Amino acid sequence: MTRRSPSEPEAALPSNAGRRDSGASNIGPSRPPRRRWRRYLSSYAFLAPNFLGFLVFTLLPVAAAFVLSFTEWDILSRPRFLGLHNFDQLLLFHREGSRLVPNDPSFWKYLWNTVFLMFGIPLSVLGSLFCALLLNQRLRGVVFFRTLFFLPAICSAVAVTLLWKWMFQEDYGLLNTWLRDIGIAHPPRWLVTTAWAKPAFIIMSLWMTIGGYNCILYLAGLQNIPTELYEAADMDGANAWHKLRYVTWPLLSPTTFFIVTMAIISGFQGGFIAAYMMTGGGPAGATTTIMLYIYQNAFQWFQMGYAAAIACVLFALIFGFTLVNWRLSQRMVHYQ
Amino acid sequence: MSAPRQDAISGTRPASRRRVRRRDVAMKALAYIVLCIIGLAMGIPLAWMISTSLKDPAQVVVASGKWVPTEQVVSRYGPEFAARVGGREIRGAEIGRSPRGMQLRVLAPARLAGETVTVPVDKARPVERVHLEWRNYVDAWKAIKVDSAFRGLLRNADAFLVFYINSIIVAVSVTLGQVATSSLAAYAFARLRFPGRDKLFLGYLATLMVPGVITMIPVYILLSRLHLTDSYWALILPAMFSAYGTFMLRQFFLSLPRELEDAALIDGASLFGIYWNVIMPLSKPALAALTTFVFLHSWNDFMWPLIVIDSLNLKTLPIGLAHFQGPYLTEWNLLMAASVIVMVPVLIVFIAGQRYFVRGIILSGLKA
Repeated sequence: MTRRSPSEPEAALPSNAGRRDSGASNIGPSRPPRRRWRRYLSSYAFLAPNFLGFLVFTLLPVAAAFVLSFTEWDILSRPRFLGLHNFDQLLLFHREGSRLVPNDPSFWKYLWNTVFLMFGIPLSVLGSLFCALLLNQRLRGVVFFRTLFFLPAICSAVAVTLLWKWMFQEDYGLLNTWLRDIGIAHPPRWLVTTAWAKPAFIIMSLWMTIGGYNCILYLAGLQNIPTELYEAADMDGANAWHKLRYVTWPLLSPTTFFIVTMAIISGFQGGFIAAYMMTGGGPAGATTTIMLYIYQNAFQWFQMGYAAAIACVLFALIFGFTLVNWRLSQRMVHYQ
Repeated sequence: MSAPRQDAISGTRPASRRRVRRRDVAMKALAYIVLCIIGLAMGIPLAWMISTSLKDPAQVVVASGKWVPTEQVVSRYGPEFAARVGGREIRGAEIGRSPRGMQLRVLAPARLAGETVTVPVDKARPVERVHLEWRNYVDAWKAIKVDSAFRGLLRNADAFLVFYINSIIVAVSVTLGQVATSSLAAYAFARLRFPGRDKLFLGYLATLMVPGVITMIPVYILLSRLHLTDSYWALILPAMFSAYGTFMLRQFFLSLPRELEDAALIDGASLFGIYWNVIMPLSKPALAALTTFVFLHSWNDFMWPLIVIDSLNLKTLPIGLAHFQGPYLTEWNLLMAASVIVMVPVLIVFIAGQRYFVRGIILSGLKA
């Protein structure tokens, strides 16, 4: 690293000190150019390790994924350029007799599965808010409950899915043992029927997410709300519901926006571990999500091009939804 | 929400103050009840996991709803039963059966000890005691054997030991690597001025929105071209650089006061000296948060190891557990024991670093 020589004018420092974005070490226009470039070089040296990794493992792969999606490639032989064929196959329909049939019915089915599992998001977000409101009370032992609520989110997802596979087990699982105890002779056969497999997934993910990251985010949001607002509401004779509806909820809207955005992004990419560990995507594809379909295409059937095309479509979906969500938020999110 | 404070403000009549206080107590009680209900919902599956992991195979199925695993007491003379005979409670060992019922050799009360009584079979209740099958943990741990990836070391070792070592190697390297590269880059973005800085940073920000699924396939192909799949490198290298860590640390560095750096500059410190001696010590909370975050994420990661690792002796704990599920699918007690084995270190890290972890979530989630 270059050292600042004593001869360099220190008068430059005070003017830098107050400015947030300029480097304390940067050199004003009066400095000789060679020195400036040495400074720049050391800046780039700081950046280099991260940037190289970022370039190789993020930037270039993103570009490569788009290129790949126009090819057919099993890794072993040479890739073959297909043009838009993969997207044709994935997204378009063909006529079969008198009706339109999707070229790849699996894709649409698995997309629907993915979206179905995302119906749990509103429940999960409201549940997190509810937990955060409870945990925000000034009560003794609240830290214990916060830790307990958070445990499911921290546990290894594989271990948790195994646990729930056992919970949902049709004959001896805890859920059905209890359901039989309260008199339901034929409780749902959770993971082995098409009707109940997806609700089972949602129940599990609610258990994992309600007390987790989102709850902590809400808790932080709640603690940022100035108490004067509640005092003012009290003076105006507001009851608890009014305070929740007209003070807490609007002031939490940035947090809600962030949580919902992240939940949608991860929701589209969700369901992999659960499907892989609990059902293998079955019964009859009822729990196969897009993520599992991408995995199967790429790493079981070695259709890298097709898998990349699905990934691109998924990316477009995520991007679109994030955009819509962001547009909606312009009207609904209230920043302090 | 804050407690009603009308009484303090307007000096309301004592009667209404008492009413307010009573309502307060009622609300508190209600909050506790709801907290307990949610707490039970969160805790019961975990408790059941531990309970199952301590049952012997016969009990797993027969007594699946039972919380504390038990076994029948067997005395010197035979399995013990309790029954009411002539209005008196006796305990005895089964020594045989006759058409009239079960023959018990009385053990208690002492007055009747040694006598034989016959009780109807349906009136005899087995005497049980708590029995925790700790062997399940040993059995799960030893179930698979594998030669570790270090030639000559740990031959024919217990697979879970090897999974543990792999997980530790990977998680520690990823964490160190990511904290180091991210903090260096974050320092450059936060404090130095060089051409293209803001555009570059915008590029970092943009990729935060790119889902992992997009890069997964190209990175796999790249690694397989370099013959790096099925090695520690495949697990460590791609995870060492993150836009997220850089972003989070940059935001934190920007919030630090500049006076100390300026003082160090005047004393002739180098840029790296400032980074190492001024910025890093001041950023301990953010670094601790990032460390816990990255470590736990790496420790629990499932999909990427599943994709790049084939050899059993390179598997990390999550995919090791998935592998374990295959042959032991029906033995729930062993599966649950293995799951507990996988979970324990994460729980310890979490409970030890809870403070930092919570702060990390907040740093990552809210606009700094």
